[in-house]
Amino acid sequence: MPISVETPTGAAETMVLNMGPQHPSTHGVLRVVLELNGEIVVSAKPHIGYLHTGIEKSCESKTYSQAITLTDRLDYLAPLSNNLCYCLAVERILNIEVPKRAQYIRVLLTELTRIASHLVWVGTHAIDLGAMTVFLYGFREREEIMRILEMVSGQRMMTSYFRIGGLALEPPPGWLERVARFLDSFPAHVAEYEDLLTQNRIWLARTKGIGYLSPEDAIALGVSGPTLRGSGVDYDVRKYFPYSSYEEFDFDVPVQKDGDCYARYLCRVAEIKESAKIVRQAIAKIPAEGPIRTVAPGIIPPSREEMKTSIEGLIYHFKIYTEGFSPPRGEVYQAIESPRGELGFFVASDGSANPYRVKVRAPSFVNLQALPELVVGRLIADVVACIGTTDIVLGEVDR
Amino acid sequence: MEFVAQHPILVVSLIKIVVLLFLLMTALAYVTWFERKVVARIQSRIGPLYVGAHGLLQPLADGVKFLFKEDVTPPAADRFVYVLAPFLALSLGLATIALIPFGPATIMVLGVPTQMGIANVSLGLLFVFAITSMGVYGVALAGWSSNSKYPLMGGLRSSAQMVSYEVSLTLSVVGVVLLAGTLNFNDLIAYQSGHWRYVRFLPHWNVIPQFVGFLCYFISAIAETNRVPFDLPEAETELVAGFHTEYSSFKFAMFFMAEYANMITVSCLATILFFGGWLSPFPERWTWQLYIPGVGLILGGILLAYDTAMNQRGIARIQLAVVTIGALVIGAACLLPSVMPVVQGPFWFLLKLLGFLFFYVWTRGTLPRFRYDQLMDFGWKFLLPVSLANLVITAFVVMVLNR
Repeated sequence: MPISVETPTGAAETMVLNMGPQHPSTHGVLRVVLELNGEIVVSAKPHIGYLHTGIEKSCESKTYSQAITLTDRLDYLAPLSNNLCYCLAVERILNIEVPKRAQYIRVLLTELTRIASHLVWVGTHAIDLGAMTVFLYGFREREEIMRILEMVSGQRMMTSYFRIGGLALEPPPGWLERVARFLDSFPAHVAEYEDLLTQNRIWLARTKGIGYLSPEDAIALGVSGPTLRGSGVDYDVRKYFPYSSYEEFDFDVPVQKDGDCYARYLCRVAEIKESAKIVRQAIAKIPAEGPIRTVAPGIIPPSREEMKTSIEGLIYHFKIYTEGFSPPRGEVYQAIESPRGELGFFVASDGSANPYRVKVRAPSFVNLQALPELVVGRLIADVVACIGTTDIVLGEVDR
Repeated sequence: MEFVAQHPILVVSLIKIVVLLFLLMTALAYVTWFERKVVARIQSRIGPLYVGAHGLLQPLADGVKFLFKEDVTPPAADRFVYVLAPFLALSLGLATIALIPFGPATIMVLGVPTQMGIANVSLGLLFVFAITSMGVYGVALAGWSSNSKYPLMGGLRSSAQMVSYEVSLTLSVVGVVLLAGTLNFNDLIAYQSGHWRYVRFLPHWNVIPQFVGFLCYFISAIAETNRVPFDLPEAETELVAGFHTEYSSFKFAMFFMAEYANMITVSCLATILFFGGWLSPFPERWTWQLYIPGVGLILGGILLAYDTAMNQRGIARIQLAVVTIGALVIGAACLLPSVMPVVQGPFWFLLKLLGFLFFYVWTRGTLPRFRYDQLMDFGWKFLLPVSLANLVITAFVVMVLNR
């Protein structure tokens, strides 16, 4: 007996292929239901929710400081960007200013995170297209960044290093020299990746003209980050809505006109270099001495010395760590440029010690809706390239 | 016994088959080790390290692992074809090795003069192509019988790919056949002996007049064996594992071995057709070249001995010491006057083979993968015309020269 299969478009002679949630190149647990005519994609429908962690909801039952540890797990390739965005949002509700030294360190570390995240991206994207060596080269350099993060915060990935009002710890001596050493060897390594990919004929054939996204569509779909800049739209939160003293840094926003996978690839590779430039400037800017936390009694924990020597310090310390602090009623939306695009935290406060609502504008989630646009009418191998260049992280998509 | 005594050639052939099969299976296992080590170096890794010294027992461990894995057959699969496919793939992959001559010397086994290689068929080249072109069945049947979507697409892709590249593969070697005027491997190699008349240091190998043919052959061969950058049938990041997605345990291992057997076969063919097979690259008057295999092995043994003494500890030291002694003993044996001429052929043959295998691994570490339609375009619109043009030009030149 012939079995009839329903297909999304209802067309006969098509096959429904379930790509994921367990598939080598869906970058986690994305599931894309593809309707195929031969190898040509007739329709593509991303299904999400396989990595739902309930982070947004969990934040409501944490104090403001505790919620930082949850934000690490959103975009697990760039945890410091999430920390930064959340902290900036809460700092805006509290209306407190972070010392310059802490701001520069924040910039330096988030840019290192951006480099690490883009390195993972270049590697996994190359693996998706069959070039496996770049992946291991990229991880070699990422490892050094991880070591720097570990040196600074004690953690490789889930750093939770940025705290409301500043940083968690004073960075250890010698860390800036280590960052500088990394930067000295880094450009040669980027040249290695580019040697393997940028002018490679097969790489060009696989990415040029693939997954075209017009600037109009990109804006209409709310796409952001390198995916948007690959379509020729010059938009970077760091430039247009500077935060954490980004306005003091001199860097370019790479924009490519073509809107295809290759343009997005070029954008990201250029961004790696720009980030390295920012890190270099940050090294020069960071003062050797100075506070890493702002002074705001009752909100920001007092220094260890003060806690040990003054009774007020001890009381504040006890109160902050047992019941948290209560910001004034209000709500705030803070956006930053994460490696994937515009990452936004909407934090609403009802005057209690726990946030009333935390909503994350996850760039991956928004960028993912461009996927059907990119792949329909193309071959199945292009689906992989397009998933790769939208650069999604499922932890952020599902939240 | 009487029958055996009357037909010694039968016994000798059987011995040769058993020995060669054993050697080939070992070689297959160690090609995987070689590949993992080389690709690891390319990717600034170390590769297998813990199972045996330098991971030398890793292939063995892998084999044991495959044997003890659960052998799953999907309920919807066509059982007979599903089981048949890996057998077909592997047996066809191994069959071609019977025709490869590894050396010129005729050695005496049980009083029967015999040559190195199982069979010497007058239409050897044609026979090898006949067998390799059947290799597509293993892949296509595996993809179809799994009754699953990814394998089906993998099977379809590879059928199309292998059939397409078969054409340019065959056409690219016709140039060589035209030059040598024979399809027999021994004659093809004999044709390449000696050196060029005016450039006397260059060996008279076919790769020089047939360089375009060689490039076409090697590119098609990579596609024919489904390796990077033409590994679409098993494109891991698109089709999970392509045609062998549903295979597990030893059936999967058989596909794996078949792939490496095919790699070895096409590399053997490249060696024979374009690089003079078992011929040494040096002129015959340089008699010192006879010492190269022995001295090379002994030098290698000394290096290994150094490594054993300085870097290895515990059981790995004993294992490596065994390998070292083996290398030294074989090296010394290669210097014996009676053995020396016999090992020359296999030595050069294996060296060239290793060069090709290295090239395979090198491309794997370097290149991305083609897309299905680009692959077809490349095969039909570029490789085929080029190999055809090469054929026509060769035919024309041969005709002019032979007038």
